[in-house]
Amino acid sequence: MLVSLYRYNPETDEKPSMRDYELELPEGKDLMVLDVLELLKRQDPSIAYRRSCREGVCGSDGMNMNGTNGLACITPVSSAAKNGKLVLRPLPGLPVIRDLVVDMSVFYQQFEKIEPFLINNTPAPAIERLQSPEEREKLDGLYECILCACCSTNCPSFWWNPEKFVGPAGLLQAYRFLADSRDTATDARLADLEDPFSVFRCRGIMNCVAVCPKGLNPTRAIGHIRSMLLQRAS
Amino acid sequence: MVTNVTSFGRSGLYDWVVQRLTAVVLGVYFVGLFGYLIMNPDLNYQQWHALFSTTWMRIASLMALLSLCAHAWVGLWTVSTDYLTTYLIGPKATVLRLLWQAGSVVLMFIYLVWGIQILWGM
Repeated sequence: MLVSLYRYNPETDEKPSMRDYELELPEGKDLMVLDVLELLKRQDPSIAYRRSCREGVCGSDGMNMNGTNGLACITPVSSAAKNGKLVLRPLPGLPVIRDLVVDMSVFYQQFEKIEPFLINNTPAPAIERLQSPEEREKLDGLYECILCACCSTNCPSFWWNPEKFVGPAGLLQAYRFLADSRDTATDARLADLEDPFSVFRCRGIMNCVAVCPKGLNPTRAIGHIRSMLLQRAS
Repeated sequence: MVTNVTSFGRSGLYDWVVQRLTAVVLGVYFVGLFGYLIMNPDLNYQQWHALFSTTWMRIASLMALLSLCAHAWVGLWTVSTDYLTTYLIGPKATVLRLLWQAGSVVLMFIYLVWGIQILWGM
């Protein structure tokens, strides 16, 4: 199989380039893209990428495979490669540190901005803050995000304004806390999102939904945030 | 909270509501006008003049014209803050963006006055 890999080492390369590698894949097996990278690294130990759990839980190996963002560890080569060629690039829109490793600082800054933790200023009960099963159900499809950044780096609004638009991953988490019955900071959270950039840069093109490896729907969460903002202000 | 002083209503929510409401007004107006043209295939100048002389048509046309200006301002402002940014094209972006926005406002104001003149002059 022909693998075309994005290579860039700022210490030695003037600019990034695509380098082709020929690889013999074992017969009768559909490897994951991460397995292909591991085989390539045996050929060329200078290749850099992030990985950890290798089962779609940690979110470390988000990358662009033949034009589509996803997790290399759970994407079969058969579904990623086109015409027998696998093209691997770093997540688009973020500064490249080396090869497939990107600087995710701006992505985390946006996540930090939405205060991704429960805020409740009422006195804590003796044991725990309770939720009904119905209230808890509202968090399904929100809390499962693993922060792999596949969605935000597939969003043109995030490419153009990564410092101002929170992005689909951050907004999914923003709604996760807006929807939580135990959180008491709803009004302050909404006030922070009302400006023309944080939420309203979303044009609803659903690129985020198309690539989320966990099957989540940030566009729907953004729609809920807009409805809450509208209810609050009208 | 991201601050911005050049957007239409200084609030993303306000701009978003304005853009959607004006879209409805423009949709109804132009679908109605298109329907009128289909219903009157042999339209002549007298009929067209009579249509635009009615008070309800002048109200509708003025509403559509104002909606178009507000809708266009939100849209063009969004385009300018997507593509004419320091992040994309460097430090000259702020001047370019403000010039673009000022040009858009002036152009829209000219079209608005011109449109009212045509509408009332018919």
